[in-house]
Order: sequence, then C-alpha cells, then structure tokens
Amino acid sequence: MDNKTEYKKSNLIMVRYGEISLKGKNRPVFEKKLAGNIRYALRDLGRPRIKMLQGRMIMNAGNMDIQQVIDRLSRVFGIVSISPVHKVAAAVEAIYEEALNSIKQVLENKSSGDSLSFRVTVKRADKSFPVNSMDLSRDLGAYLLEHIPELSVDLHNPDTVVSVDIREGCAYIFSDTRHGPRGLPVGSSGRAVLMLSGGIDSPVAGWMSMKRGIELEAVHYHSFPFTGEKSKEKVLDLCRAMVCYGGKINLSVVHFTEIQKDIQKKCPEEFRVTIMRRFMFRIAQRIAEKKKALALVTGESVGQVASQTLESMNAIGSVTAMPVLRPLVGFDKEQITRLARQIGTYDISIQPYEDCCTLFLPRYPSTKPRVEKVQDAEKNLDVEDLVAGALEKTEEHSFSIS
Amino acid sequence: MDNSATTRPAPEVVQAVVDCMEKIYGNPSSLHRKGVEAGRILNRTRETVAGFLGAQPGEIVFTSGGTESNNLAIKGAAYAAARRGRHIITTEIEHPAVLNVCRALEKDGFEIEYLPVNKDGIIDSHGFRDALRQDTILVSTMCVNNEIGSMQPLKEISKHIRDARGKDKIPLWHVDAVQAFGKLPLNPEKLGINLLSVSAHKMHGPRGIGALYVSEGTNLTPVLNGGGQEKDMRPGTENIPAAAGFMQAVNNIKDINGAAEHMAGLRRRLAEGVQENIPDCSLNGPLPGSDFAAPHILNISFNGVRGEVLLHLLEDDGIYVSTGSACSSRKPQEQGVLKALGLNVRRAEGALRFSFSPWNNEKEIDFVLERLKEGVEELRSLG
Repeated sequence: MDNKTEYKKSNLIMVRYGEISLKGKNRPVFEKKLAGNIRYALRDLGRPRIKMLQGRMIMNAGNMDIQQVIDRLSRVFGIVSISPVHKVAAAVEAIYEEALNSIKQVLENKSSGDSLSFRVTVKRADKSFPVNSMDLSRDLGAYLLEHIPELSVDLHNPDTVVSVDIREGCAYIFSDTRHGPRGLPVGSSGRAVLMLSGGIDSPVAGWMSMKRGIELEAVHYHSFPFTGEKSKEKVLDLCRAMVCYGGKINLSVVHFTEIQKDIQKKCPEEFRVTIMRRFMFRIAQRIAEKKKALALVTGESVGQVASQTLESMNAIGSVTAMPVLRPLVGFDKEQITRLARQIGTYDISIQPYEDCCTLFLPRYPSTKPRVEKVQDAEKNLDVEDLVAGALEKTEEHSFSIS
Repeated sequence: MDNSATTRPAPEVVQAVVDCMEKIYGNPSSLHRKGVEAGRILNRTRETVAGFLGAQPGEIVFTSGGTESNNLAIKGAAYAAARRGRHIITTEIEHPAVLNVCRALEKDGFEIEYLPVNKDGIIDSHGFRDALRQDTILVSTMCVNNEIGSMQPLKEISKHIRDARGKDKIPLWHVDAVQAFGKLPLNPEKLGINLLSVSAHKMHGPRGIGALYVSEGTNLTPVLNGGGQEKDMRPGTENIPAAAGFMQAVNNIKDINGAAEHMAGLRRRLAEGVQENIPDCSLNGPLPGSDFAAPHILNISFNGVRGEVLLHLLEDDGIYVSTGSACSSRKPQEQGVLKALGLNVRRAEGALRFSFSPWNNEKEIDFVLERLKEGVEELRSLG
C-alpha cells in the first residue's frame, strides 16, 4: 500500500522547542536529539515525518490518533508547546476559510453554547505575502465575527487564539495549543546514575534530571530478606512510570544484604547510616564508570533527615570524586509531593513496603558525622570486597516507553 | 504453609474446571440442551456441598466467595429483620469481611455490639448470654479465627441463642466458617445456625466461588438485584466452571476427621519444636490440644525479630508463611486480632502465622523448624 495516499492531510502537528533554539552552533545536535526522542516516543504508533522550520518542527502524524500523539508529546522533554495545525496555500481566501473551520472546531468541543472570546495573531515570515500582519489579523477577526455570532473579541485575555503562520507558499493555522514539559531533550546532556530508593523523592529527582537532558541509569539497593519482592516490584513500577518521560531507563538492582549485615555487626550504631550511604555512593560510582555516566543523582534535600545534613552529605560524598546532583535541594516536602503526583510516581511511592534505608535504623543516628570518625568506624570492613560482592550479584532491568 | 491465605488447587480440580470450560459452556437459564447440561453441573455441586454440610440442596446459595457470603448473610438478615429490632452481636476478632459490613450497618442505624475476647481469642459465653437482648436480631460469630486459629464455643453460643429465640426464630445466627470449611466437620443444622459462609479456594478449590448456607425458612433481603438466579438471593449468571471445581474439591475430601487429626499433629509438632529449640518465643492463641484450637493454624511470636523479615528469609527456602492478615509491618497497630488479644507491639511485630493443609507432612515441619532456628538466630545476632 502506498503510505503517502494513506496520510490524512489534516494530521499535522506543530512542535515548538524554546530553550534549545538558543543553543548557537550546537542547535542541529539538539534538534536531532529531540526529533529522535519524538520518534522513539511514538514508535509503536507509527512513523511521523518531521520537518524542521526555524525554532519549530512540523510533524505529519499520518494515521496516528492525534490526541494520543499529543498526549505522548506532552511528556517529551525539550518541547515547549504543541498545536494541531492545518496547512493551506498562502492565499487570503484559503486562510479565511481554514481559520473559520478551526474556530468552529473549538466551539464544537466547548460544552455549552456560551460565547467564546478570541483574538487573531498573524506571523508573516514570508514578507512577499501581499497583506501585512496587522491588516490581516484585523480583517480576519472581523470576518470570523461576522460568520459566528457567539464570538467576541478579547485582545488581552481571550479563551482562544487563532494563529496564522505564513511561510513561503503556505500558511499554518491553529487555535489549540498545549503545553509541553519544557527542558532539554533527554540524552543531550549525557548520562547520570540515579539512586532510586522507592520513596517519594528519588523519582522526582530523576525526573528533574531528565528534564535537564540527562539520560538515567537507575540503581536500587535491595536487601532481601529484609525487604521483600514487593519492594523491588515497587521500584520496577517507578521506573515504568518515569520512563514515560525518558524514553529509556536501565535499572541495576544491587544485592545489598551482605553489606548491611556486616555494617550491623562491625560498626558503631551512630555511624551505621552514614557508612551504609557511603557504600551506596561507592557502588553507584562503579556503576557510573561502567555505564559511562558522568554524575550521580540523589533525591536528597538539605536537612530533611539525619543523613541529609551538610555534615552527613560531606562525610558520605567524600567517597566519590564524581559530581553529585541533588535537584531537590531547594524543595520542601510539599513541593516534592506535588511534583510526584504530577509525574505519576506518588501513588507508587506511598505503597507501604520497606526499603533498605528504613532498616536497622539506629535510635540516635549521628547528625554531624566527621569524615575521620566515620573512616575509623568502618575500618573493620573490607570495603573493596564488599563492593565487589554486591556488584557481582547485581540484576539488570531495562525499560522503554510504551 | 500459608493455606489460610489460599490453597493450591488440586490437579483434579484444575482438570474439572478446564473440562467444564471446554465442554459445558452453556447458561443454565437457557432452555436448550447446552443450558440443561450446565444446570446439571450446578445442581450436582449444590447437592455435594449440601451433603457435606448435612444440609438440603435448597439451602445452598452460591456466591463469589467468603466476602460476598458474609455480606449477603449479615446485610440480608439485618435488613430482613430490621422491623423486629436493630441490635446485632459480633466479636472483636472477626474478619474484615464481617467487621466492615457491621460498620456499614452502623451507619444505617443498626446497633452493633463487638464482644471482647480473652488472651486465647475466645469470647466469654456468659458475657455472650448477657449481651443478648429482646431486640437482638442477629448474631455473627466466626468458627475459626484466620490469624490465630481460635475457635468460638459454638455449642454454648448455640444453647444461649436457642434459649433467647422466640416463635419468630429471631435472633438469627450467622457463622463465618471460611477458615473451617473443608478442615473440620461442620453441621449447621445441628447447632441451629441459620447462615454459614464458606469459600472454595481455602480447601484446594478454585477462586471466585463460595457458598452461603441459608437454613430453610430464613428470610434474607438480597444484596444484589438481577435476573433471578439462586432463587433471587444472588442473581447473576452462574459460574459453572468454578462450581465444577468446587464440587471436585469437596469430593476430594474423603476423611475429614483423619485430615483434621493429621493437621493437628503437624501443628503440635511445630509448636513443640519451636518451644524446645528456639528461645524467647510465644504461642499466640489457644495452646495445641485445647478444645478451642483449630488443627490447622498456628501463630507464634519470635520476640526481637520482625515477622516480615523472617517471612522473606523462609521464602528463600520455598517456605511461604504469613505475618497476619495482610497487614503491614510498618503499622503494627493495625494487627487487629493480635491487639485484641492484648499483645504488646513487640510481640505482635514478631508474629508469624503457619497454616496447614492436609497435604503438608512431618518432613516439611522438620525442615521449617530447622530453617526457623537458623533464621531467628541470624536475625537476633544482628540486633
């Protein structure tokens, strides 16, 4: 079958990408990444044809369901906004006709017969078009008012904006625009290792890093039998939820039991949490090296718990020279929770299964551990051996969108 | 050893379900041959279950399982007898499928009295007698408790209820026998029980089917309304394959007394083994050998150990147990039954439930004992 004849003429989508259009000479690289991510996000729906214009893409979604496509695109980082558009010849009559159709469509989707306020904006990239932007928007506005009695004009706060974008030989018309998640295309900033606990914070930290273009390698520390299968399944579910934004996520589930047992046996109670987290960072760094990642990401927020004081962060972070990104550092719990709900990880995170951080909690953990003291406290542990043992028993999972 | 959660369907049961799905796929309400065929399966199952309970086939209503049977029994009886009174008696340690039905009725103006239990999980029969009132319309007591295996003194309860009953046969008596059915001999008629809930998947049958025994002449207001099936008590197209499996599961029980004795032996072996070999443990619920101890459930607290962790440790050796009735170890205060016994948090946190089936054997118990001893020692050494 000839695909071209199958395509519906109307299934065009305009995708705008603000931030990356600022990136001077790197721009083509970012654009290519974004287009690739868009294709990946839609790969089970079909193969869109993507055309680059200045600062925007025009995508032919072919036979795909337009709502489903927009829904997927609203989770692709790098996209600022999305509009289904109609393409017509660059002629005044054609533009009028299509603008009328377009606003009729908006009216149809409105529930009641209330009035609808609107304004018209015209961009004329092709200056050879005979009518200038100001004149065209005024005349088109008058034409629409004349044909649809329910309409009223509101230049400052309209219900809908009818936009006309005139290019060489053609014009794009749209009156429905949806927000994208903004940020940078995932993968354009390189790779980082996310420590994913199963709580509310770490998936949000992961989402925030993806938003800055980071591709995630997640690590989860599993302490069977102290934590059960269900707590592992929960982390897999979190990855499944996060991957809607990231295209691909790999997860390493590290067998952490022996390390926790050894710490419990050989280290003073007050430093156990600090030492445990030092091991987590060491292992994460090893995984980062193996996966060619350049940073670690955690869901820590200063002062939230004993292991998140600056003293603790210092004592824990000193085991690695890699940058440790803490995207939630300025957030309070309420803000984090709100984001988690918006991303769709909150309901998974609050399932009541133990994670390894809540085990063996000392009654009085040190809130101001000093590096030398902690080093002394872990002197009876064979660090290299324990790390190697845990890495050996690591189980890998990979997730991809849809 | 988590047979109170559910059981593995017997191979013959699986075969019966498959055969039925493949061949007897008619709707019993259809007039043609296919319908008649399906109706025949349902009737034979009804006869089988009735026979097993010493009841008449007309006294069996099929439901989707224990929860639905309890809902139909309690709501159905309460609404049918509401004009006669609004007082209902139950116990503190009922399954949520009874307790939450009672709470729903409270919102509807019924007065529910939750009788306390002693440290073995048993109500005081004198206390029960004193709780009965002129306007008591329904009593709901479980036969075997799902978490600790305590059995209520049904004979004494029966006597007090019979004394209290007037000409209208009120109060009605409902018994949640989900944990007892297929494990212990039951005869509701002899005890004067009006309503008795049972479920197939706790006795090596399929999930999705259970029954409510409704003694002849007992009036119920249906919970569901529909196309008239099950004498309008429980409308909805009948689950014939599950019924075929249910029938097979009941037929598989040849000697229920022998099976109960076998399980009681396993329970004793495990209880004694734990007490001899593992220090600082305590049995929750009635002691083995007591008249009030069900043969197939044993609840033990391993003090200083978290039940959930021990559960996962055992799971690694293919031993599956439970920490209680689907509660989270993070919220020990939610262990309703253990709390009702007056146990402290530490003891409730360290509790594991072992529940047997006639399929378990002594060799398995010895293996469990061995692993338990090692596991508890290891976990205690970690403080």
